Amino acid sequence: MEYKYESQRVAYPFFIAAMLLFAGQIIFGLVIGAQYIWPDMLFPAIPFNIARMIHINLLVVWLIFGFMGSAYYLLPEEVEGEIYSVKLALLQFWLFLIGGATAIVGYLFRWHDGREFLEQPFIIKVAIVIVVLMFIFNMIMTMIKGRKRTSVSIILLVGFLGLAVFYLFAFFKPENMVVDKFYWWFVVHLWVEGVWELIMAALLSFLLIKLTGIDREVAEKWLYVIVGLTFLTGIIGTGHHYYWIGTPAFWQTWGAWFSIFEVLPFAAMVAFTFKMVSKRTRKHPNRAAILWTCGTAIVSFLGAGVWGFMHTLPQINYFTHGTQITASHGHLAFFGAYAMIVLAMASYAMPNIRKSRPSHQKAEILAFWIMVASMMFIALSLTGAGIVQVYLQRILAMPYMETQGHMGIFYGLRLFFGGTFAIGLVIYIYDFFFPGKTGSRGIEA
Amino acid sequence: MTKASARNMFIGSTVVVSAILLVLTIMSHQSYPERTHPENITEGVAWGKKVWEKHACIDCHTLLGEGAYYAPELGNVISRRGEPYVRTVLEVAAIQGWGSTRRMPQFDLSEKDIDSLIEFFIWMGNVDTENWPPNKEG
Repeated sequence: MEYKYESQRVAYPFFIAAMLLFAGQIIFGLVIGAQYIWPDMLFPAIPFNIARMIHINLLVVWLIFGFMGSAYYLLPEEVEGEIYSVKLALLQFWLFLIGGATAIVGYLFRWHDGREFLEQPFIIKVAIVIVVLMFIFNMIMTMIKGRKRTSVSIILLVGFLGLAVFYLFAFFKPENMVVDKFYWWFVVHLWVEGVWELIMAALLSFLLIKLTGIDREVAEKWLYVIVGLTFLTGIIGTGHHYYWIGTPAFWQTWGAWFSIFEVLPFAAMVAFTFKMVSKRTRKHPNRAAILWTCGTAIVSFLGAGVWGFMHTLPQINYFTHGTQITASHGHLAFFGAYAMIVLAMASYAMPNIRKSRPSHQKAEILAFWIMVASMMFIALSLTGAGIVQVYLQRILAMPYMETQGHMGIFYGLRLFFGGTFAIGLVIYIYDFFFPGKTGSRGIEA
Repeated sequence: MTKASARNMFIGSTVVVSAILLVLTIMSHQSYPERTHPENITEGVAWGKKVWEKHACIDCHTLLGEGAYYAPELGNVISRRGEPYVRTVLEVAAIQGWGSTRRMPQFDLSEKDIDSLIEFFIWMGNVDTENWPPNKEG
């Protein structure tokens, strides 16, 4: 297997950056997980808020690197033409990497903007906008110059345009904290429960077309159904963040009714994936990529769909809002939907970029199972923690710190599975950088 | 269903729900005077928000349930603990931090910073959050 267009290889550095930043994210994840149990760890040099800030920013940056790499890889094949400017792609790669690294190092020196997920200082935010615009320009020009346009590439573009447009709300810092919070969700919700789902669905469709050989027309129809459901449910579903933050009561109705159905696009992705795989006309040798692809559909359905649904009704959310229940949903959803789709694309693209047959995939497949199982158990541990917290603090009115004292076992479990997750990631990254050096000899069919 | 009809449904439904979101957003803005009392956003409250952001409090604490879950909810902290207690915590934190089971670092907080944070928390406590949290523990 190999790439068809030389410029597809510009995806390589993007995937490398993604993997390294992912590793950094998990290192800091272990730090904050540990600080729940050993609060003096790295204190006060790297207190919890700084470590957490780094953990969540690395997450977003590595995922965006992964999305960009995936786009650069798939675009030439989709539109049948080289990337418009490889130089531009590399320039924006380095700008993004330097900007991201500067932000992260800056956090260690307490240089940040103080709003969750949007801690990037103003000038870094501007740099991010410039980088994303450069990327989108490159994408649009590639699509114009290519021989054709496909629904996959168009939906991917719409996703990135949405990413760019909604990030602009990050610049709005009003004095009124309620207004601040309202528009904060225009970035975060309309990203991860909106336009990022477009990116995920487009990548998923691409992978299924390549891995199963199914008819593009069928796959792209499914794609439109999925993204149609995403926006239909998720745009007004934004209101499930507006129950208790000073916004009007009508959101408890509008937000609830629409967000109940936010599970549907993920259910559709499960049906889509398994239907296409069962009807496949080819048995692709890249078993790991197929596994990641099926995996992302299922885990995102569980994390985003099921766990999201479980705490979206206002009657439930009134008690669970701002507890470890939220954290459990967030971890499983982000990993299932976005981390795994990037890992699926990397799994598919890397052997092609390297011009090698996917082989010796035992290590990668082992890493898959360790990471997926670990994240499931992290989510379950935090769910346990959250149930105890809701019962003690929200229902019995036990004070916060006293309640936390009863949750220790769950934090211990969470850290343990964080550790096993890290082991899975180490195996994955070793295999990523040294493919075929692990596992048995012999090419798999 | 054809691909074309699926695409049209995607476009059509997106336009409709976006329009509804726009209307609900405008209606939300119309509710803010009553629900948030922006006339009470004094210089102190505004400065308090800046101090809150300067020290990234949101990455340990929750505010109206949003943030990180490492430290207590602060939206209702004035009604839960009273102003003198909150002031004490901030004054001690300004010298040496606070807490042992969860460690709050030492923050450089001037008297103006502390006064402003208190005003900010008072303002936050008066926001109409639909009776959230369920009890004073946040």
